[in-house]
Amino acid sequence: MLFKESVRIALNALFANKLRSILTMLGIIIGVGAVIAMVSVGMGVREKVTSSIASLGSNMLIVMPGSQSSGGVRSAAGSMITLKYEDAEAIKNKIKNIDYVSPTVSGSYQIVNGNQNWNSTVQGVTPEFLAIRSLVVSTGSFISKNDLSTRNRVAVIGTTVSSNLFGTMNPVGKTIRVNNQPYKVIGVLESKGQSSMGQDQDDIVIIPLTTAQERLLGITYVRSINIQVSSPDKMDEVQAEIETLLRQRHHIISGKDDDFNVRNLTSLMQTMNETTTMLTLFLGSIAAISLIVGGIGIMNIMMVSVTERTREIGIRKALGATFNNIMMQFLIESVVIGVIGGLIGIAFGCSVSLAIARFGGFNTIITPAPILISFGFSVGIGLFFGIYPARKAALLDPIEALRYE
Amino acid sequence: MVVRRCEESGGQVNMTIKTIQLSGIKKIYRVGDQDLAALDGIDLDISKGEFVALMGPSGSGKSTLMNILGCLDRPTVGSYRLDGEEVANLSDDELAITRNRKIGFVFQNFNLLSRISAAENVALPLVYAGVEGKEREERALHFLAAVGLSDRARHQPNELSGGQRQRVAIARALVNDPHIIMADEPTGNLDTKSTREIMEIFEKLHADGRTIILVTHEPEIAACASRQLLVRDGRLTRDEGKGVRMEIV
Repeated sequence: MLFKESVRIALNALFANKLRSILTMLGIIIGVGAVIAMVSVGMGVREKVTSSIASLGSNMLIVMPGSQSSGGVRSAAGSMITLKYEDAEAIKNKIKNIDYVSPTVSGSYQIVNGNQNWNSTVQGVTPEFLAIRSLVVSTGSFISKNDLSTRNRVAVIGTTVSSNLFGTMNPVGKTIRVNNQPYKVIGVLESKGQSSMGQDQDDIVIIPLTTAQERLLGITYVRSINIQVSSPDKMDEVQAEIETLLRQRHHIISGKDDDFNVRNLTSLMQTMNETTTMLTLFLGSIAAISLIVGGIGIMNIMMVSVTERTREIGIRKALGATFNNIMMQFLIESVVIGVIGGLIGIAFGCSVSLAIARFGGFNTIITPAPILISFGFSVGIGLFFGIYPARKAALLDPIEALRYE
Repeated sequence: MVVRRCEESGGQVNMTIKTIQLSGIKKIYRVGDQDLAALDGIDLDISKGEFVALMGPSGSGKSTLMNILGCLDRPTVGSYRLDGEEVANLSDDELAITRNRKIGFVFQNFNLLSRISAAENVALPLVYAGVEGKEREERALHFLAAVGLSDRARHQPNELSGGQRQRVAIARALVNDPHIIMADEPTGNLDTKSTREIMEIFEKLHADGRTIILVTHEPEIAACASRQLLVRDGRLTRDEGKGVRMEIV
């Protein structure tokens, strides 16, 4: 009964000082809004990073050659030429729990069609590349086992290459020239868009691994071997087995460094997740500071309100209001500021987040957690910062309060 | 208006029911390192149904006595029995509950809440008595009607004249049906006409059998009461008309 009455009294008091109430709430509105908007940006970044790592393929291990060193000077990672196509075959045949193994080589070349030319990355791959990278061929077909064994001059191109060389024409069946050698286009990949690093994943020309090694690059080694493991919990096990196998095959005696690296995309994903979670928390906590500042604003206004209404408190006490009655009245008043401010803040935060997504080019994700937490926080702040002024009011001596002018 | 001794009861209040019994009441304030006695040993009995005027110059201690009688304050020493119950040592909250149930206050400056309507002001003591909203409204309207302000129930205090405001305050004092009404200079801020209206209401309440304690420094106002008390330097120096009951003719 008295609770309902106190809420009514609180709303009346807030209405009586509209501007002041709104200014007080503004602190909470901005605080809650900022928390929601910032966290939604952080979550958006996180999701984008996660999904673009996932688009590389799930449960991926990548074997890269180690760095070459001559006379104590070590060159870049991947410069060793010890990783062979046969290593890939061995991994595929000897290690369990592996779905696909796809060795690749790559190089950058000028691609020519008639009077059009375009610089792109040429990748030499095996048919498994399609599955391991979750690529889809939109028209035509992908490289086959036959292409691989006969070192066919065929190519599958990405949409960026296609549009730059052929415009709107269908390139399938046409011939492009790579390093002055003719390649027949047998398929076009479906667009994958940009990667999280801003790389155009459609700017690619894919040819059979053997063709690339022998006809284009003139090498016998591979640049990387992509391995898809059948389940996420087998990753570490498979990684260890691959390391052992390759050390054997490369005759590396114990105590010497590996001449290759095995990279785990899942652990990369975990690292990225941790980073983006940190980013989200960082943004959120900066916003939370403004929420606390807003709480101090509530306390300030409640102190003024108690002083202003000393006489009212005296009257209420003379008429029989107890300590708890007065305490409750003022506490509810400050909680109501927190609740209303919090609700407006949620609306504000969500619209800012949507506006950022729409006009800022950022991906934002609104989740219930920051909304509930920041709302709970704002109500809690109203409660916490209301206690001192409310107590001050409730402890007033009725005689003194009645005499107050 | 003629006021005379009530004939049926032989002009006497029933002296056996003591509403207020004060004995040896002292209120001592410490100012610097000196003790200052605002009340210096007050013994006083007020029977049920008496109409008492409390007079005294400013600084005499009459406000302090009024505060103690009204359970707004506690004496430093002494015993105060209200309806036979010792209240001198009650806690703040117990005093608040006692005020709410047994005492109706009327102040010189009305002390109405300015942002709410007359009816809501009248209903205020019922809020703290835990009465439900609908019944509060009904009782508030009933008592507003009793003081002749039915048509002003929805007005805010600043839309009312001084006399009307004081009548709202009286309705508020009555709404929880207390049997003691404490009025502190209730006509101090009113003109002659309003003063007469207000005093008529008090006399009517007295005739209904309520105990009324009225603080005033105007002899004409004090004359309306049946018993006059004079406080000077913290002591009762005069007590006239004890037990007399008046009625309106």
